Amino acid sequence: MTATVRRVEQLMGMPVSLAVRGPAGLPAVDAAWAAVVAELREVDRVFSRYRADSVVSRLGRGELALADCPPEVAEVLALGARAEEESGGAFRVHRPGPDGILRLDADGVVKGWAVQRAARHLAALAGSGTCLSAGGDMVCTTADPAAPPWRIGIEDPHDPRRVLAVVPVTDGAVATSGTAHRGEHLVDARTGRPPSGVASVTVIADDLGRADVDATAAYAHGPDAAAWLSTRPGRTGLVVWADGSTTTVG
Amino acid sequence: MKKIVLWLMSTLTVVVLLFGYHTSTSSSSASAESSAVTSVDGGTSTPDGTGTGSSSGSSSASGSSTVTGDPAATRWGPVQVELTVANGTITDVQVVEYPTENRKDQQINARALPVLVQETLDAQSADVDMVSGATVTSEGYLESLQSALDQAGLS
Repeated sequence: MTATVRRVEQLMGMPVSLAVRGPAGLPAVDAAWAAVVAELREVDRVFSRYRADSVVSRLGRGELALADCPPEVAEVLALGARAEEESGGAFRVHRPGPDGILRLDADGVVKGWAVQRAARHLAALAGSGTCLSAGGDMVCTTADPAAPPWRIGIEDPHDPRRVLAVVPVTDGAVATSGTAHRGEHLVDARTGRPPSGVASVTVIADDLGRADVDATAAYAHGPDAAAWLSTRPGRTGLVVWADGSTTTVG
Repeated sequence: MKKIVLWLMSTLTVVVLLFGYHTSTSSSSASAESSAVTSVDGGTSTPDGTGTGSSSGSSSASGSSTVTGDPAATRWGPVQVELTVANGTITDVQVVEYPTENRKDQQINARALPVLVQETLDAQSADVDMVSGATVTSEGYLESLQSALDQAGLS
């Protein structure tokens, strides 16, 4: 088996890592990786809530109209609106801040959308399999039909030293939402409180944008996470409950 | 559409890096206690007092060598990773420096970093290629690991 080439860079406030296996040479890998990195840096310049000069920050302050923003902003907001509707309101891209005023928080949509989009640059590595992960959410491709699938470990939210499950992925996306490392930053938008009963939700789908939004929305449903996820077409998933038990969906 | 299968496994492995974070199982802590890293605990060490401070490698007569990655700055403080390589294979991964600014951060890192050590070792044995679920606290680890990998000529 060919050795796996790996690259890592800190982008959009998280580690983004690439694994490539197959015939692609290092110069080709580095060129494709450079294109991915450049695109994700541009996404950060447009969408970061942590940069006062980002497009979404200026949009939020009313300094820019949506029509003046790059077309990607409207695209992401449309994805967010669809996710709000499909999640029954558990997932929202406009949420009240500490002062009660609604603020745009498209982070839950941006990451999956951006990584899936950036992964197109890896198509240049013809014949090689690729796995592009941003903070643990990833897009996998396998070019050679005889090659083994990527083996994706699903972290135990109660003990990150352990892997609870392994998902073999040939072509597809894996996203996990939970509070394991970032504190309780995810809330059920219907109540404004962290969901109860659920520790993490992993979703496998064709597209990382969909997988990421569905993992977040399912997580926000708390005790109804597995029931809600089972209503989503084409999704496979793993729900880890607060008591350590698991439910497989799909 | 390709069929995607989900396997549930009881537990894959337990990795020995504990940073003073103790599990309830004695079988895993036994190997951890022989690790140099367990001397780093309780928030008593300083960010620059535990590492080798060197980004150069060292070799032993047995053919294995140790390379230390450049310290990576994170929002919590510096992180530095050391690899032991024998015959082109990673045989050990240690985090020689990690943020200790406050106990909460240390606890977060103690729990977040080892899973990536596990990923590194498992990738060598082709058990797991990537881990889904690890998030921002792994940033410094990955950066430092990458520089160690680069120095070891493994990437």
